[in-house]
Amino acid sequence: MSNSLDTYLILSGMLFAIGSFGFLARRNAISMLMSIELMLNAVNLSIVAFAAFGAFGTTQQGVGVGSVIALMVMAVAAAEATVGLAIVIAIYRNKRTPLVDEYDAMRQ
Amino acid sequence: MSGIEALAPLLLILPLAGFAITALIGRRLHKQAHWIPVLAIGAVWLIAMGLVIQVLTEAAPIISGEGEYAVHGFEMHLFTWIPAGEFVVDVGLVIDPLTACLLIVVTTIGLLVHVYSIGYMSHDPGYWRFFAYLNLFMFSMLLLVLADNWLVVFVAWELVGLSSYLLIGFWYRKRSAMLAAKKAFIVNRVGDVGFALGIMAIFINTGAASEGATLNIRDSIHAMLELGDANPIPLFAVALLLFAGAMGKSAQFPLHVWLPDAMEGPTPVSALIHAATMVNAGVYLVARANPLFATSTDAMVIVAAIGIFTAILAASIAMTQTDIKRVLAYSTLSQLGYMFAALGVGAFTAAIFHLMTHGFFKGLLFLGSGSVIHAVHEEQDMRKMGGLGRKIPITYATMLIGSIAIAGIPPLAGFFSKDEILGEAFKFGFYWVWGIGLFVALLTAFYMFRLMGLTFWGEFRGPKEIWDKIHESPRVMTVPLILLAIPSVLLGLAVGLPLGDSTLLHWLEPVFHEAEEILQLPHKPYALFGIDGVLILASVAVAAIGVALAWRFFGVGIGPIRMPSRPEAVREWAARVPFLYRASLNKWWFDELNDLLFIRVGGRLAHAMWWFDREVVDGTVNAVGRRTVATGGGLRRVQTGRVQNYALGIALGLIVMVVSYLLLASGI
Repeated sequence: MSNSLDTYLILSGMLFAIGSFGFLARRNAISMLMSIELMLNAVNLSIVAFAAFGAFGTTQQGVGVGSVIALMVMAVAAAEATVGLAIVIAIYRNKRTPLVDEYDAMRQ
Repeated sequence: MSGIEALAPLLLILPLAGFAITALIGRRLHKQAHWIPVLAIGAVWLIAMGLVIQVLTEAAPIISGEGEYAVHGFEMHLFTWIPAGEFVVDVGLVIDPLTACLLIVVTTIGLLVHVYSIGYMSHDPGYWRFFAYLNLFMFSMLLLVLADNWLVVFVAWELVGLSSYLLIGFWYRKRSAMLAAKKAFIVNRVGDVGFALGIMAIFINTGAASEGATLNIRDSIHAMLELGDANPIPLFAVALLLFAGAMGKSAQFPLHVWLPDAMEGPTPVSALIHAATMVNAGVYLVARANPLFATSTDAMVIVAAIGIFTAILAASIAMTQTDIKRVLAYSTLSQLGYMFAALGVGAFTAAIFHLMTHGFFKGLLFLGSGSVIHAVHEEQDMRKMGGLGRKIPITYATMLIGSIAIAGIPPLAGFFSKDEILGEAFKFGFYWVWGIGLFVALLTAFYMFRLMGLTFWGEFRGPKEIWDKIHESPRVMTVPLILLAIPSVLLGLAVGLPLGDSTLLHWLEPVFHEAEEILQLPHKPYALFGIDGVLILASVAVAAIGVALAWRFFGVGIGPIRMPSRPEAVREWAARVPFLYRASLNKWWFDELNDLLFIRVGGRLAHAMWWFDREVVDGTVNAVGRRTVATGGGLRRVQTGRVQNYALGIALGLIVMVVSYLLLASGI
């Protein structure tokens, strides 16, 4: 395994696949939130890798762009996780269960 | 210029203000509610007379034409009503000799009817409402004759229709009155559609002229005449559309059915609206558009034919009616038919002459019949009257004058105007109009003196206790009768002389000059000892025969002329012509015919259309709605409400997008 872009992208793809599978397969809301984090981090990894291998330009600024975007995604992910957890807790208080297939209030 | 024309807008403002004030606070004025309306109309009368004198003595400035045929009058622009680009409607007043003649009739009879109503309506709980409506009517009618714009005339046309509706249905708790009001309104709508289409046709026609589209009456007629055959819509059609409006308002066959029923309204209303003024609006309209009609000989013949047919139809019905007001209503129809016949043969002046004289004597007869009805305690059936001449002498004397006038006995007013119509019809070559007209004159004399015989002569046929209580009406009612009797006697002598070259002819000649020139009517010198004398003798003779026949059947008691009524002879004659008798009694079954055509057949048709609308039109719309709802119901299953189903959808969608991108990028 050499130090190439492909290595990072394969890792990123594997992480994303695991995250997707977790989101689709797990019934626990907390696990699903964790899967979302995994997917976001997979994306972050690919962005940073792209930047490091010069996809946004080889100048110092071009490399910096990737870091900035990654930081932004982290901030948004943190916010999302907060809101998501708050919602899950709120629903949990009503439903007394963390399992999403029990959450059917929106279903007519 | 005396400045009196500055007062002309008051002719409209005063009645409108009278209506508004009385409508708003009239209820609180109780028995004093008549003051404002009566004073308003009194002032209107004074102003109108001032203007009329100025116009008819040619003291007013010239507004059109020149030389011998210059039209003297007043014109004024009030305001621009609709300024919408090319479409501009100006509201203005015009008082030419034709309007002046109408003003005399409308304001004089209007004022007298207002005064009469003080007595006639005094016990009615809707006293104030009645006067408010009367003033609204006066406003509308004056606007109708004063307006210089087709659209404004149309608005006034609808307003008189509205006031007529309100006043026919004045006793709205009475079912028959309400139905009669609706009938009048609906039948008038039929004619009004024609009138509205006619106005639109005028607008389109004048749009082709160089000055651009206009709805000003005089300008539009001139523009259309200049275009001649190049008009987008033939003048023939325009004339007939306008005439359709006139037929509705003036109750000409086949739209005549509303007028007899309109007698459900209070009698002063019958006198003012349904005898002397509003029903003349159609005659006025045709006279106003005279050059338009003159260009189309066919339209003129249709006007004459419908007029004279209505005249004989209505006269034949009037022969057997027993309701005193209905006899007068059919008589009004018949006389209006005369006026249209005169317009149709080209005798415009004669038509307006008859309009004026008829307005006065028919107004008188109606007010007189109101006085009779009052005297016999709201009884309208003449079979329960008789001998009233002894009890109510003033009503009797004035109604006798009215009857002589309408019968056409010289030298009363009706003789002059009716003779002029018949004479001109004969001289212009319309022998059929003359022949039928002469026969109608006989019928007129007959049914009027039948009315007089049944009402005033012979013995009273009603209950004895009513006979004892019969008394003459109060002075507020008899004075208008006397005042109306004066023009009924003198109007013909005043404006109808010298024969063949009358004062009225001089007044109106400038207005009708154009039409007469287009028609190229023969101007034969008047021959009192020739053809004209013979014609006069003929019409007086038939009138006398009619009167004599009525006397023989229904009796008479004027001074030394005494004859008993002979009901058995009436029955015998009725039995001899059973069909004609029943036809007359049943008004030639026109109400039944309308019932069959419009209620039964029309109702079926409407029902079929309703079915089509419900099943096909609504059915289509509802089917679309139902299918949409069903589809939505099916698609609703997609929305499971489970987060992971949605997530799967997103993931699958992403995969589809990525795969299709890769396939496209690899160039397959």
